[in-house]
Amino acid sequence: MCLAIPGKIIEISDRADRSALVEVVGVRRNVDLGLLEEGSAKPGDWVLIHVGYAMSKISERDAAEQMKTLEMLGECEAAIAEVRGYGLEDSEPKPVT
Amino acid sequence: MKYVDEFRKPELIKKTALEIRRLADPNRHYRLMEVCGGHTHAIYRFGLKDVLPENIELIHGPGCPVCILPMGRIDDGLSIASKSDTIFAAFGDMMRVPGTQGSPLEYKARGMDVRIVYSPSDAIKLAKLNPAKHVMFFAIGFETTAPSTALTLQRARREGLENFSVFCNHVTIIPAIRAILDSPDMRLDGFIGPGHVSTVIGCRPYEWIAKNENKPIVVAGFEPLDLLQSIVMLLRQLRDGEANVENQYKRVVPWEGNPSALRAMADVFELRPYFEWRGLGFISQSALRLKESYAQWDAERRFEIPGIRVTDPKAAQCGEVLKGVLKPAQCKLFGNECTPEHPIGALMVSSEGSCAAYFNYEHGKSQLVSIGASA
Repeated sequence: MCLAIPGKIIEISDRADRSALVEVVGVRRNVDLGLLEEGSAKPGDWVLIHVGYAMSKISERDAAEQMKTLEMLGECEAAIAEVRGYGLEDSEPKPVT
Repeated sequence: MKYVDEFRKPELIKKTALEIRRLADPNRHYRLMEVCGGHTHAIYRFGLKDVLPENIELIHGPGCPVCILPMGRIDDGLSIASKSDTIFAAFGDMMRVPGTQGSPLEYKARGMDVRIVYSPSDAIKLAKLNPAKHVMFFAIGFETTAPSTALTLQRARREGLENFSVFCNHVTIIPAIRAILDSPDMRLDGFIGPGHVSTVIGCRPYEWIAKNENKPIVVAGFEPLDLLQSIVMLLRQLRDGEANVENQYKRVVPWEGNPSALRAMADVFELRPYFEWRGLGFISQSALRLKESYAQWDAERRFEIPGIRVTDPKAAQCGEVLKGVLKPAQCKLFGNECTPEHPIGALMVSSEGSCAAYFNYEHGKSQLVSIGASA
């Protein structure tokens, strides 16, 4: 559960809720930026995401390394499933066929 | 082995493993505790123990927020959500954790409305999508996750959301470490500090471990190299008779932590006078509850809970494994009555539980040994 998932900010929402569209391995979902200092994140920045909230900004290089770490830990699928589930999309497990 | 290709810097890993062997004093037996469940998982997955010399023992700490919840708390959360027109929302991790009458997933099979959410903010979304129902979010996690719950509650208040509450089971890591150090069963030489909790609280909260308890602590990342480097740093301190806080995970962990996260937590939460932890018993000021200003969104205040203390099944030794007194395989139920398929206790359910990690990885050959990392 202690997954820190690297993602790239695509677009900052102009709504008051401080959210951003973030992309993780091709999956785009809204993530909350409320734990980052206001104005510190811009499109193109990389962040570490935990349960739908950006926890910190990281370099692109560290983001790539973090993805590798998740792969090493066997947590890649869980991470992508988590991101897919943000916004209640895909939150019911699909039956295995 | 598939994983061999995934290890970056294998030469550096081998070199670091050799450095550990060089530094470890053959006349000493080192007991190092990794606090965080994510580290326990990594240690087992990578087969780290197999590249360490015999006289370095890794003891698993209680840093698994699902594992440390007594069954009675699971029952409490389920009883709130048992009321009609209530939705029980929680992370996937919680779904198979056993209460006395079953797990959330089993309650779902019996007709309760149970939903997985991947973010606390999605519990708010659920509430908005289901205005005729009440959504209760079962919040778990250490300081890594508590700020996200805090922001969610701030939003619930800002928007005046009426059909939403949080059943708060957030716990704090420092009192758990203190309880371990105070325990007469435990003799430890140093700590591998939690990686992601530290992104929120920073490294300063660990200073008392070094100053007052005279034990070194190194905050570590999650790759094999991170963990091995952290062990090198601990061994160096122990060799030199030092006890300091060091940050091996500098690329992610800032020394001062995350001020926005800490502010949000301070606004929403206060410390409970005490909280019961599986294995460690009652620990003072070790868990969070919602402040009075957020009472309307506090499931414990809005609803009656049984609040019954439930001990683990007699034969299950979850508590001792959590404390690090027993290794998973030493529990009588391990691998027989208690497996990931039919878990008796939470340590076999959670991906951060040491029993699940041991069960899943201990059988195979160490990945690190496969790349030639043992001397």
